[in-house]
Amino acid sequence: MKLQETPYLEKESTRLDEVVKIKKLCKSFGDLTVLQDLNLDLKERENLVILGKSGTGKSVLIKCMVGLLKPDSGSINVLGYDVPSLSVHELNELRLQVGFSFQGSALYDSMSVRENLEFPLKRNFGIFDKSKLNEMVMTALKDVGLESAVDQSPSELSGGMKKRVGVARTLILNPKIMLYDEPTAGLDPETAAEINELILSVRDKYHTSSIIITHDISCARQTSDRVVALFDGRNKLEGTFEELKSQNNKELQSFFNY
Amino acid sequence: MKFKKFLIRLSDIYRFISRFFKEALFPPYEIKEILKQCFSVGNKSLFLIAFTSFLAGIVFTKQSRPSLASFGAESWLPSLVAQAVVRSLGPLITGLICAGKLGSNIGAELASMQVTEQIDAMEVSGTRPFSYLIVTRVVATTLMLPILVVFADVMALMGSFLMVYSINNTGFTLFLNEVSAVISYLDVFSSLIKSAFFGFSIGIVSSYAGYHSGKGTTGVGRAANTAVVVSMIFIFVVDLIGLQILNLFRS
Repeated sequence: MKLQETPYLEKESTRLDEVVKIKKLCKSFGDLTVLQDLNLDLKERENLVILGKSGTGKSVLIKCMVGLLKPDSGSINVLGYDVPSLSVHELNELRLQVGFSFQGSALYDSMSVRENLEFPLKRNFGIFDKSKLNEMVMTALKDVGLESAVDQSPSELSGGMKKRVGVARTLILNPKIMLYDEPTAGLDPETAAEINELILSVRDKYHTSSIIITHDISCARQTSDRVVALFDGRNKLEGTFEELKSQNNKELQSFFNY
Repeated sequence: MKFKKFLIRLSDIYRFISRFFKEALFPPYEIKEILKQCFSVGNKSLFLIAFTSFLAGIVFTKQSRPSLASFGAESWLPSLVAQAVVRSLGPLITGLICAGKLGSNIGAELASMQVTEQIDAMEVSGTRPFSYLIVTRVVATTLMLPILVVFADVMALMGSFLMVYSINNTGFTLFLNEVSAVISYLDVFSSLIKSAFFGFSIGIVSSYAGYHSGKGTTGVGRAANTAVVVSMIFIFVVDLIGLQILNLFRS
């Protein structure tokens, strides 16, 4: 079912290095097989959108990539690390280079926005100097357009603002790869478009490679260099947004026509 | 199938407790967060423990008096109450109050963090959530329970004195002399050790329930409920084991 081998990327030589390479990945929960023999790769500075309806294993895939879930079999290579075989220390090393934006933002609700952003810096790098922390926090918040929310608590923020703070919290660690889990879920179209813009600007400013999990077709159109449509954890279609749109595939068309 | 699930759960619990000791005993230590949690544990429970212990002291004294009076042994009242409070009543009241108050708090807090993926967010940012969330809470409950038990003992004896004074007009010095005459170092020491185990049980059970909660709001409710119920059962089990060990020492 594979459409083609991403020729549109070859024109940009800087994007050719693979930062993620997944081979024959399998993951089941009890009797339910979610991913079966899945192959996937992500090139440097590429925005890869994984499109699919709920339950097709999209989120499971990125959780396997950062070691939140253990795959049953197959290999996951992220930035040269073989994820399933990593020790706790190595996994932490990798995680510092991979930003994960959660569907529900996952902000620490007992902390203010500032504390949310300071937390990984204090814990990972032992940075306690107030002026340095403030500078780093304000830079990250400025990049997501939310400097004014620095002393607010997560409960005071709107859905879109929470997503932005979630992204800022990962950007503060200067990641090489960004993983977005349903970045526009539950947002109105205008806010969703702003988040899509943010995803693009993060790529340009931080030179990140990104995997964007979504079932939002406008998000896929706006943010993708390449789209992988996942149907049942095994079958997939791959190509640019326009290439997939022109495919005569029933399941895929249900997305585009929605 | 159920037996298999039971074994899997047992191995989960074993790994959880092993991980706790591994992360608690080896650096980096979470001193600042442990102190914060200690303050939180003490602050949350202090008033409730003071109030209930004081009342328990009054009630126990009032209920014991007629029985002693029927043997003409009313003067033994302070001694009886002191032994009961220090050996059993104080640690039990404190343990049960803390199981309810702290157990539900820890269980629900960690479960809601799990449900909203906050713990996953900590994991993927390399911030060692187990050490930050679990180790600190378990160490705090283990350290604070003995302190709270001493406080509960004092409050219960105060309640008892109030009762004894109002009935027999016994002076404070006499009451104190009678109390200190029957309380041995072994009583105090065993009571403190036992309450540290109570604290550990509450911390580890509640943390496990919260950290391994199911998804959704029902998961949060179930975690809080499990934390309280299982902690309370553990408190009675530890109390019984503690009593058996203490009897060995005494004999």
